[in-house]
Amino acid sequence: MSEDMSEKVLMKGNEAIAEAAIMAGCRHYFGYPITPQTELTAYMAKRLPKMEGGVFLQAESEIAAINMVIGVSSAGKRVMTSSSSPGISLKGEGLSYLAGCDLPAFVVNVQRGGPGLGGIQPSQSDYFQATRGTHGDYHTIVLAPDSVQEMVSLTVKGFELADKYRMTSMLLADGTLGQMMEPVSLDVGEIKTFDKPWATTGTKMQRPNNIINSLSLIPEELEQWNMTRFERYKVVEENEVMYEEYMMDDAEICLVSFGITARVSKNAINEARAQGIKAGMIRPITLWPFPKKALCEAADKVKAFISVEMSMGQLIEDVELATRCKKPVLLCNRCGGVIPSPQNVMDKIVEANNLGGEKA
Amino acid sequence: MDYRRITLFAGHYGSGKTNIAVNWTKYIAEKESRVTLADMDIVNPYYRAKDSARELEDMGIRVISSFFANSNVDLPALPQDIYSVIDDKSRYAVLDVGGDDRGALALGRLVPGILEENSYEMLLVVNRFRPLTRDIDGIMEVVSEIETACRLPFTAIVNNSNLGAETTPEDVLESMDYANEVSRRTGLPIKMTTVEKGLFDSLSGRIENLFPLSLQKRPTET
Repeated sequence: MSEDMSEKVLMKGNEAIAEAAIMAGCRHYFGYPITPQTELTAYMAKRLPKMEGGVFLQAESEIAAINMVIGVSSAGKRVMTSSSSPGISLKGEGLSYLAGCDLPAFVVNVQRGGPGLGGIQPSQSDYFQATRGTHGDYHTIVLAPDSVQEMVSLTVKGFELADKYRMTSMLLADGTLGQMMEPVSLDVGEIKTFDKPWATTGTKMQRPNNIINSLSLIPEELEQWNMTRFERYKVVEENEVMYEEYMMDDAEICLVSFGITARVSKNAINEARAQGIKAGMIRPITLWPFPKKALCEAADKVKAFISVEMSMGQLIEDVELATRCKKPVLLCNRCGGVIPSPQNVMDKIVEANNLGGEKA
Repeated sequence: MDYRRITLFAGHYGSGKTNIAVNWTKYIAEKESRVTLADMDIVNPYYRAKDSARELEDMGIRVISSFFANSNVDLPALPQDIYSVIDDKSRYAVLDVGGDDRGALALGRLVPGILEENSYEMLLVVNRFRPLTRDIDGIMEVVSEIETACRLPFTAIVNNSNLGAETTPEDVLESMDYANEVSRRTGLPIKMTTVEKGLFDSLSGRIENLFPLSLQKRPTET
């Protein structure tokens, strides 16, 4: 697109992620189609081959795609893959290898219902998978947008954070966000880039070989790698937490929700306020690092929390940990592809309000 | 506005075909008693014409859709009833075709019958706020890909330029230059300009053949 970037366009969430990735400097996409994220793959198939140095490749499987990501990332280029829940499971091994190699990558999960093949309707039941990851000690930066516009900004941010910390950052969306159309501005400002002296771009006889590897058979050495990596994670936890507070100034009931359910929750909060119940929300934008401090401080002010999620109680565990169980945490959830209605959330707000918990 | 026995809405992915097809079907049903809407989308997993099935059926409109549409089964299959669109010439039919050439491919099997009867309109839906069809070359590429895929040439254009809930009357007025340029390049007339019904009054009389749309209610709307 060569036109004026300040003019808004109408895009599906999946398309917006793809366009934002291109703007962030990603010229390499490897993936395999799966509903409800296929528009992202299709968009890249149309756009990347027309760009200088652009590579779009529909891999033979998700496993192949994530390994191609490892290859391009090793060479120091911005690269991504995307899928939906079952496909992300297939990529799991590669995600751990990326972490073990300290390689930056951007991965998108447009979640659908599970487990197994599940369904094709929206879900948030990969929360544990995204925030806990696969084998080995490592973390993934997990970004949770709640609008098509935020899918654009967090995609750019995702590439920047990945390069800055040599980590995988994952955009955790869901089928509704991927499929919905909203007006967006593609004006993303200046894109940050980072030097990659570790990349395997050839020594030019100027330096020793760079080796990208996750294998170490010497326990003390492997331990040291992990220690060093976790020092870096600590910096991420200290500096990169993002969340939104909604009507929290005087809130007595604090909803915690991310993605599409945060939008439902806002509707319910407005309704609760109209009925005189002081509800508010802390919306984590980074699911890892999780906004522990904000929630822990809120626990001294509110009388109860409600975790609103499209899973059987995953986010709620992080809310309980962050608040150190200082106040009751209620669960408001639907799953299997069903989105909670504002009424579902409203009913839970009323229940929390009737708890009679002591206000600090 | 006039209509023929078969109206097909095709165009770029996300250009607004489904909402227009649903509204156009209701428009014909105000004048005709036997009307069918065929949801031919084999591309979209959600947000389909079938979302409006109950409302349309209450109005006496027959809705043909994949048995699997909006279910949890990701199967791009069309039901055998789709042939009734060609065979039953006593009914008016509106066909909501899936986006781009991939969506138009599903039309292929009906095209010989449509051409033989020769009472159809094949409408190209355009929205200048969609990023891949913002420039005329982009839309020309889509036109060529769709016509190649389904072997049915377009007969007219529907200008559905909008920015969703943020659309202003000025956005629509300014889009007329784009629509006219698409018309000039393709040689196709502009059949109508579609706007959300809330914008209709402020644009009425300022744009020829303005058609109001009631937006389809999404089951997942929040």
